Amino acid sequence: MTRNSTALAVFLVLFVSVALLGFVAARWQQSGEAQISEWGLGGRRFGTLITWFLLGGDLYTAYTFIAVPTALFGQGAAGFFAVPYTIFVYPILFAVFPRLWSVARKNGYVTAADFVRGRFGSGALALAVAVTGIIATMPYIALQLVGMEVVLGGLGIHGHWPLVIAFATVAAFTYTSGLRAPAIIAIAKDLLIYITVIAAVLIIPGELGGYAKIFAAVPKAKLLLAPPSEGNLGQGFGYATLALGSALALFLYPHAVTGLFGSASRHVVRRNAVILPAYSLALGLIALLGTMALASGVASMPAYAREFKLFGANFAVPALFLQMFPAWFVGVAFAAIVIGALVPAAIMSIASANLFTRNIYREYLNPGCSPANELQVAKLAALAVLLGALGFIVWLPGAQKFAITLQLLGGIWIIQTLPAVLIGLYTRWLHPVALLVGWAVGIVSGTAMVAAKAFASPIYPLDIFGVIAPSYDAISALALNLVISVALSFVFNAAFGSARADATAVTDYV
Amino acid sequence: MRRFHPIYLLLFPPYIALLWVGFYNRLEPTLFGIPFFYWYQVAWIPLGALLLYPIYRFEERRRDRP
Repeated sequence: MTRNSTALAVFLVLFVSVALLGFVAARWQQSGEAQISEWGLGGRRFGTLITWFLLGGDLYTAYTFIAVPTALFGQGAAGFFAVPYTIFVYPILFAVFPRLWSVARKNGYVTAADFVRGRFGSGALALAVAVTGIIATMPYIALQLVGMEVVLGGLGIHGHWPLVIAFATVAAFTYTSGLRAPAIIAIAKDLLIYITVIAAVLIIPGELGGYAKIFAAVPKAKLLLAPPSEGNLGQGFGYATLALGSALALFLYPHAVTGLFGSASRHVVRRNAVILPAYSLALGLIALLGTMALASGVASMPAYAREFKLFGANFAVPALFLQMFPAWFVGVAFAAIVIGALVPAAIMSIASANLFTRNIYREYLNPGCSPANELQVAKLAALAVLLGALGFIVWLPGAQKFAITLQLLGGIWIIQTLPAVLIGLYTRWLHPVALLVGWAVGIVSGTAMVAAKAFASPIYPLDIFGVIAPSYDAISALALNLVISVALSFVFNAAFGSARADATAVTDYV
Repeated sequence: MRRFHPIYLLLFPPYIALLWVGFYNRLEPTLFGIPFFYWYQVAWIPLGALLLYPIYRFEERRRDRP
């Protein structure tokens, strides 16, 4: 067998076995009740370990594993923000999200928008949260396909049909098994990822002559962030705000909320905040693969010229693997990435389907629908979401670039739901109309800042009393959103009183 | 509302350590040839988790005797 066919054979065996797991998963811990929380939250029965695999597979996606090292490969130090980002996530997860889990469990909420609906009694605010969630998630699903495409290209498979097969597989097992499928598949996927990362870290630095040599290959200007200068807070300020904003946004994403709500208790959530950083460690090491790819010189090797031309810097890590690993292990590593795309794609489609069904269909299209009807709509919605993402990437020219821009915007949009969802966990003093106006101003101002940078960068240089502060748009827009939400709440509460319907009780949160 | 316990202050060091970019945006000292900027941030991944653990233990104890 040639090099490529060995890798391909290993890859196919792993892919098919793991995909079969997804179908078997349907029967696992199944209660047989036809309702949305059975399918869409796995019956809320996942323990600490399964939740760890599920959230690990959900948050550290195939696209992450391609895009983060690509950022280091291309931008150098600035691309490393993913590391502080994933560190900032966990204290927040630990301190805040057990409250969301508890109130959701107590009141049978399936989505964050369900909570907002109950807490503030406002259908409009809940709709805003739901629609923001769906729109922010869609490009994320599409980007998983990008990760897949790059790796398949590395195996010498080009064209769209493999993507169609892979996504049809996801659609089929998501439909039949719901959240149980990605939970089971995530176990296999994560084991493959950890094996790959450990092998990469053990083998590649030695082959390249050690870390000192690897970092010596990085251009001086990219090795560190540009320092502050007179009247400018510098690249470091953008770096810090990007990390903080991304962390605040992460658990507002529907797929993260769905993963959380699937867990069996609030203690599972807290334990996971302590043990999920193991994935961040893997991500930190994977990020450095971008630097190793740079040092290895794969970008200028004729053997990979075609793929670099097709996929650009995204091909850096696949090329590094092809260069450094024996063929069979290339198959393992690539399978890890492609299977890594199946897990988040499934969870994201389920999360979007939950939002559509609970907060649009049941709320506006068919109030009083039966639980069985709700379940059926959710399953079909998940199919529609996956097929939509597939059609978008496969048939729309230039879709990949568009998806990246949309994903960048998605982070800025989803963070605008923070006042309603996270602050709402602690107080209902904020007025729903004030929150809605704050949300709208946040979305518009955030989008305008990205537009001002030609939709290419999420960092906008704010002029604060003559000092230039290059800041992540999500943070700037969120600050504006918060100021407006608080100020208008003062006005509305003074004018109309602060007594409002609240379906939740103080004891629901602990 | 429960009274604030100082153990929750352990939630904050990672934010201080990593939002202060000026402190770690440097090459020296290197570790196994890795510049400070990179290994310092990676080192905070396990440190952040280790800081959460005492809070977790504290809450478990409080749960056992309400």
